Amino acid sequence: MPVVMDADRIGRTLTRIAHEIVERNRGVDDVALVGVRTRGVPLARRIARSLREITGQDVPTGALDITLYRDDLMRQSVGPQPVVRRTEIPFSIDDKTILLVDDVLYTGRTTRAALDALIDYGRPRGIQLIVLVDRGHRELPIKADYVGKNLPTSLEESVQVYLQESDGRDEVVLQPAPGGAA
Amino acid sequence: MKRLLKGGRVVDPANGIDGVHDVLVDGDRIAAVGRDLPADGATVIEMPAGLVVCPGFIDLHVHLREPGQEHKETVATGTASAVAGGFTAVACMPNTSPVNDNANVTAYILGKAAEANLARVYPIGAVSRGSKGELLADIAELRQAGCVAITDDGHPVATALLMRRAMEYAGMFGMPVVEHCEDPSLKGDAVAHEGYQAAALGLRGMPGMCEALGVERGILLSELTGAHFHVAHMSARASLRAVRKGKETGVRVTCEVAPHHFTLTDEALASPIPYDTNTKMNPPLRETADRDAMLAGLADGSVDAIATDHAPHHYDEKNVEFDRAPFGIVGLETAVPLSLDRLVHAGLIRLPRLVELLSVNPARILRVPGGTLAPGAPADITILAPDLKVRIEAAALRSRSKNTPFDGWELRGGVAATIVGGRTLFVNAAVEGLRGI
Amino acid sequence: MSAPARTPDQRRTDAAPAVTALRRKDLLGIADLSTEEIALILDTAEAMREIGDRPIKKVPALRGKTVVNLFFEPSTRTRTSFEIAEKRLSADTLNIAVATSSVVKGETLADTALNLEAMRPDMIVLRHSSSGACHLLSRICRSAIINAGDGMHEHPTQALLDAFTIREHKKRLAGLKVAIVGDLLHSRVLRSNIHLLTKMGSDVWVCGPPTLIPADIARFGVRATSHVDEAVAGADVIMLLRVQLERMEGAFFPSLREYFSVFGMTEARLRLAKPDVMIMHPGPMNRGVEIASEVADGPYSVILEQVANGVAVRMAVLYLLAGGVEHEAAA
Repeated sequence: MPVVMDADRIGRTLTRIAHEIVERNRGVDDVALVGVRTRGVPLARRIARSLREITGQDVPTGALDITLYRDDLMRQSVGPQPVVRRTEIPFSIDDKTILLVDDVLYTGRTTRAALDALIDYGRPRGIQLIVLVDRGHRELPIKADYVGKNLPTSLEESVQVYLQESDGRDEVVLQPAPGGAA
Repeated sequence: MKRLLKGGRVVDPANGIDGVHDVLVDGDRIAAVGRDLPADGATVIEMPAGLVVCPGFIDLHVHLREPGQEHKETVATGTASAVAGGFTAVACMPNTSPVNDNANVTAYILGKAAEANLARVYPIGAVSRGSKGELLADIAELRQAGCVAITDDGHPVATALLMRRAMEYAGMFGMPVVEHCEDPSLKGDAVAHEGYQAAALGLRGMPGMCEALGVERGILLSELTGAHFHVAHMSARASLRAVRKGKETGVRVTCEVAPHHFTLTDEALASPIPYDTNTKMNPPLRETADRDAMLAGLADGSVDAIATDHAPHHYDEKNVEFDRAPFGIVGLETAVPLSLDRLVHAGLIRLPRLVELLSVNPARILRVPGGTLAPGAPADITILAPDLKVRIEAAALRSRSKNTPFDGWELRGGVAATIVGGRTLFVNAAVEGLRGI
Repeated sequence: MSAPARTPDQRRTDAAPAVTALRRKDLLGIADLSTEEIALILDTAEAMREIGDRPIKKVPALRGKTVVNLFFEPSTRTRTSFEIAEKRLSADTLNIAVATSSVVKGETLADTALNLEAMRPDMIVLRHSSSGACHLLSRICRSAIINAGDGMHEHPTQALLDAFTIREHKKRLAGLKVAIVGDLLHSRVLRSNIHLLTKMGSDVWVCGPPTLIPADIARFGVRATSHVDEAVAGADVIMLLRVQLERMEGAFFPSLREYFSVFGMTEARLRLAKPDVMIMHPGPMNRGVEIASEVADGPYSVILEQVANGVAVRMAVLYLLAGGVEHEAAA
């Protein structure tokens, strides 16, 4: 299966995004990172580390579980609900610029759910979206502010992000459509 | 009109018969039993192989519910259920509305029985007026009207004093006193057998000793008065122990066990249907050791009879929370398959013993004709198909009520035909070759 | 790469749990649950608890679902707890309090259920004075049934919130000595807790006067004693059960005063337990009967925490049972 981004590439991409953040927000005052579970969380933490290196400031970082806000909850034709995990946002989001971090942007529904969840927490000054991979096929009018890699895909393909923290390695892999070559 | 039942296995322990014999029926009587009897103008019916001809079965303990509770059962539907179950006679309990404590109610019941003209009905009258446990009922009048025994079934006779008096008085006529053995204070508002199952299900329980206390009281009073004391629906091993000891010391005590008490245990309350109200009866389904003791007693002769305690209840009455449901299940049409499958085929008893339990001893206990195929005896005949595959279907029961825990059970052994006074009142369509019987 | 092996009762990290769903229509009792299902409920409750700390204490998870609280026994605490849980999940709640009296012959439970069914509730939370009432309801209704206490049988959400509270403090359930003292015979909380704690590997001791110990109690996998000092010695957790005045009339024990003197949880008895012992009570308490006031209000008591945790646990149960599936009634 083709590796679209290797460890090196992922590292450099996240650093580049960190610089973009500093530039666009003119520093990181009143900026906070919120990673969308599951893989958005380690990505957010890495970006926070880069931002610290660049600016010397600690950017508050939180973890958001959007399960209870999904629009496909309770609509599945077969049984079980997705597993719910803790949301940990140990700071106020009021009047801050929240950088929402996720691994893959696809239909946009996860981001919509995350926006709904965040609004229940407070009233941020603004929300910006960071994604490692944008694979297209939006179903809602959602756009990422910072994109690691634009990756055009077909609907039968799938994009899988592996991270050291959860999977033991850094890799973005494109799983081909069944029956087709990569 | 004469009929010759030819070549069937006849099991008639009262006359020492077990083997292939012919039975000649003349009108409402048995004319002769023997080998290779001449037809002599009788209609000859070749008995299909495998069927067993027995003296008619008598159920000592049935609730016909009429008068007063006809929504559950009537004498007509109850006696129809009886003959379908292989019973040529039933003894019916007095806890009707009004209670059968006087000649009028007894006559009413017998009138209905005559109208239905199916199984014979022997009413059992009340011990006390209204079964309230205060004053004796008019026992002589009940006797005159046709009652064969007395009981306050539903509950025990209220006091030892009243029981003593009832025994002495009924003793005048040689009538047995039938007792629902129980200590009410120990029972309290219990709805199940006190044990692990009741504890797990959160149901109030009554211990086996609760029944045994009533048995012991009755046996001691029987010793005191010399009267015949009969233990109804016995279920606990401590009760059986008391009965055995009583018999050994020569007390006139007899006892009956219902099929559900030798088949099921209190595990049935939890599974397959938790809190199934068709597993709620009094005395309750007990633990394995009690059930096994009943089986042992049936095998070794210390139990005298099998009686169903047929207790119909309307669906709506049972379709409630367990502790609110009335006690009891129907039993007339499941008794024979359960007895054949769980006792005979299980190797615990043989057919002659089964006939004793269902015919000979009940007739003796109630002092009514029956239990024999001797010439001159009433032509009350139960024909069994011991190898018939039977599937219990609650919806198909002839009883007006269908409250049974045995729905869907597949058993080996059933009733082929039931003949009362020479009239064939039931023929099982699943048995071949009985046309014209 | 797989998650490291953990016992079911240890707190989850981000690794995938062994079981991700309650594949059942109802929650009728702890007896029916596997250890994995219990762990799933407790883990989910943890996530749910955080919602109560937010400024907006609501998530849309059960939006558009109708939940009926059908209470045949009066109860402020449990009913309120369920109601808050349901509302926090954005469900539409309906409270029906049925006045019961053995004298009043009203509608049967079966008829009440059928009438309710016609309104298509998604879930029914039932509290009833008859053991097995939830089983009857489950056979009649397609809705998911949650047992909020049936007679003397079970009170599963109470046991779950008790376990949650213990796990919060002790980080585990396995290997803890838990002593349960009180009217064991009539208590549904006892039965549910026995099932749950024994499944999760606790060492359970039950204690009360012999008249109030259920038959064959050893078969439940617990140690039973009428000597409270034996039960409490070295205990990690002591749960007190309510002792009702009416039991005196059933001749279960002579007086409440005598009960307190023999079985009541006093500070002196407390000292026999471990130094970090937890004192628990499902409520409502009879101060001076099963528990001394100083103990109820003392530093070891987590009684109020239990109440707070009740909402999170009930949210977890509601969430896990609610699904997109239409269930067929069994009968």
